[in-house]
Amino acid sequence: MTSTPHISVQNLNVHIENQHILKDISINIPNKKVTSIIGPSGCGKTTLLKSFNRLLDNTANVKVTGKVLVDGENIYDPDVEVTHIRKKMGLLSQRPYPLPMSIYDNVAYGPRIHGITKRAELDLIVEQQLKATGLWNEVKYRLNASATRLSIGQQQRLCLARGLAVEPEIILGDESTSALDPVSTSIIEDLFISLKQKYSIVLVTHILRQARRVSDYIIFVYMGKIIEFGPTEELLLNPKEELTKEYIKGFIS
Amino acid sequence: MIKRKLEELFFKILMILATIVVVGSFFLIVGTIFVKGIPFMNLDMITKTPGGGFYIGKEGGVLNAIIGSLYIAGGATVLGLVISIPVAFFINLYMKGRRITSDIIRLAFDVLFGIPSIVYGAFGFLIMVYFGIRASLLGGIIAVTLLIIPVLVRTLDEVIRTVPGELRDAALSLGATRWETAKVVLRQIKPGIYTAILLAFGRGIGDVASVLFTAGFSDNIPTSLHEPAATLPLAIFFQLGSPVEEVQGRAYASALILTILVLIITVLSEVMIKKFSKHKI
Amino acid sequence: MRFLKDKIISKLMLVFTLASVSLIVVIGVGLYYRSIPILHQSSWHNLLTKSDWKPLKGLFGFYPFIMGTLWVTGIAIIIALPLCVLTSFYLVEYAHPKIKQILIPFVNLLSGIPPVIFGVWGVLFIVPFIQSSIAPHFVEFSTGYSVLAGGIVLAIMIFPLIVSILNEVLTTIPQELKDASLALGTTKWETIKKVIIRKAAPGIVAAAVLAISRAFGETIAVLMVCGNNAVVPHSVFDPGYPLPALIANNYGEMLSIPLYDSALMFAALLLFIIILLFNILSRIILTRLERNLTA
Repeated sequence: MTSTPHISVQNLNVHIENQHILKDISINIPNKKVTSIIGPSGCGKTTLLKSFNRLLDNTANVKVTGKVLVDGENIYDPDVEVTHIRKKMGLLSQRPYPLPMSIYDNVAYGPRIHGITKRAELDLIVEQQLKATGLWNEVKYRLNASATRLSIGQQQRLCLARGLAVEPEIILGDESTSALDPVSTSIIEDLFISLKQKYSIVLVTHILRQARRVSDYIIFVYMGKIIEFGPTEELLLNPKEELTKEYIKGFIS
Repeated sequence: MIKRKLEELFFKILMILATIVVVGSFFLIVGTIFVKGIPFMNLDMITKTPGGGFYIGKEGGVLNAIIGSLYIAGGATVLGLVISIPVAFFINLYMKGRRITSDIIRLAFDVLFGIPSIVYGAFGFLIMVYFGIRASLLGGIIAVTLLIIPVLVRTLDEVIRTVPGELRDAALSLGATRWETAKVVLRQIKPGIYTAILLAFGRGIGDVASVLFTAGFSDNIPTSLHEPAATLPLAIFFQLGSPVEEVQGRAYASALILTILVLIITVLSEVMIKKFSKHKI
Repeated sequence: MRFLKDKIISKLMLVFTLASVSLIVVIGVGLYYRSIPILHQSSWHNLLTKSDWKPLKGLFGFYPFIMGTLWVTGIAIIIALPLCVLTSFYLVEYAHPKIKQILIPFVNLLSGIPPVIFGVWGVLFIVPFIQSSIAPHFVEFSTGYSVLAGGIVLAIMIFPLIVSILNEVLTTIPQELKDASLALGTTKWETIKKVIIRKAAPGIVAAAVLAISRAFGETIAVLMVCGNNAVVPHSVFDPGYPLPALIANNYGEMLSIPLYDSALMFAALLLFIIILLFNILSRIILTRLERNLTA
């Protein structure tokens, strides 16, 4: 790992409803690579992901200590502007949540918020991002239709396009293919692989096959702690920690 | 960016102001009643019935109205329970598997809940005329019962629905009949029933339009179902209309009595609701 | 033997249930039946659009009362809806959970206060306030007993209804949807403005419809402050005479003047029909919304 870390977590501790969910996490997320976070349910993967774009703020009764540095800035610094941080990150959640508006407006939503109002500019962005996620040909004649009319696979790609439209640096995916059929899943997986040329990608997944196919690095989390971190092939074929071995054995028998 | 933050701040302030107005109106109203009513409050008000000339400023109290209201609300609640408990159980326990029908029934009760008390009063009046009943305690009880049945059914329905299906299924699978299962559920939801009673009672005691035509008015405490009965809200209304200041003041005091009574009932029911949901699984 | 008992009881319950539900029909039919005499005398059109109210002469024009009801209800909704929407948004989206816990019970307590108390308060506080502080800016003279007073009192009475429905609607909107918008770098207000309001719009409409139907039927509080003058109001400072007040004020003379009781029953029927329709409409909207949000 010679490239400078895009996200650097230092001694992160997260308590939710007085439960210690993340325990003293310190990790550097490699730049312009796909990193997968794996682990059993309830181990804190999603919490860790949400701590990166401060969506954790919206959960009730949350206490966060430690630092999360993005491009060197601690995003939990009280002076920091949250919307600025979130703009840097695109989030793809487990189930697609298209906004209640047209396909065009969904993609144009972010740019409009951040000040782009000229129709020509927005048209360009919409076309660009829909092309990048492979949706353009499917929807170019019905951009004004409601986004909820699309199939689930298409909706998820729309959400990805929407997230890319604000020109983030980092893409976060929270089990983003678990609601999709195999075809849509592999389309999204391929997209992640091609997108890593421009973005750093962090994915939470419980599908080891997917982690293996898509990511360059893997973080194994168990009970709120990082057990092991390393390049994909190395971690999967030659896990160093006992817990990692146990977990992987359960999946690859 | 600053423009966006300012816009948010502006609307946030607007929201807080609105909340202050909405929540504050409660304090404003109760406060006004207290401030205006306390000067005219004395023990006589709650222990005596109107003496001669009460309405032009002489002695007495509103005991007739207090007791009348309690009788009517009490009678109506009892009668209402007799009808509502079976109905609530019927919708929930006896109709399983036919969801659309129970939804329609629930809609019907929602509609009944929304019918204003004046319509119940007018209808109650029609019933009384039809059966030859005069304006009396009985008439008042009938009208108020009609009014509070939807309140009871709605509350009981919500309460019964909180009982997990597994409990009912467990009883049924042991070979219990539906009625025996109902008894089990009944025990489980006792606090919920108290809540329903309190809510219905509170509604019944404070309502005017339903008793306007049907209960009549009297300076005495009714001793039989066929005598007219005074009610607190009506007493307040009449006293307020008097040109004598002393009597108007008594209206404020009566309003204070009614307010305190209803507040106690409402607070009790809120407490019951909280206690009830604490034990929910 | 147990099964026989069970059967009997279930039949009894069925009877009670059907009887209660059919109450709606019975009330409607009963009121209509008693309205027939006056419907024989004048057509629906005449009754609803004429303004002459001279019972002794047998003239029953309900127009002023219908207008009175509309004015009072209109004012109430215009005041209450924005205030309650803002309040609900604050309580659900911004307020600290502890604050929310403290404030909401007081809104609920408001719903328990009997209407006659609202009326007394209206007479004590709102009427003089209008007379001395507000009206002088706009008109030459007002007693304070006006549709404005009725509207204000009514508005406060429907606060709890609107707030409780809106709170529920807003809480049902999935956090993930809000997160999806926030993740793009919006402020909370922008998410409310562009996403939440759209999702909650049907709920706001349903709450408004239900609140209107509640306001139509409120009798005593409005009666005490609106002036009870059978003329069509032309400004908010004019007195008005809503339908429920008409029924309540005149029940005494009802039986002594011919056709009067039928007229009042007709007024009750009018109220009943309108409120029935509004109630059903609101329920339909809310059920559709619930299905939409939880799908």
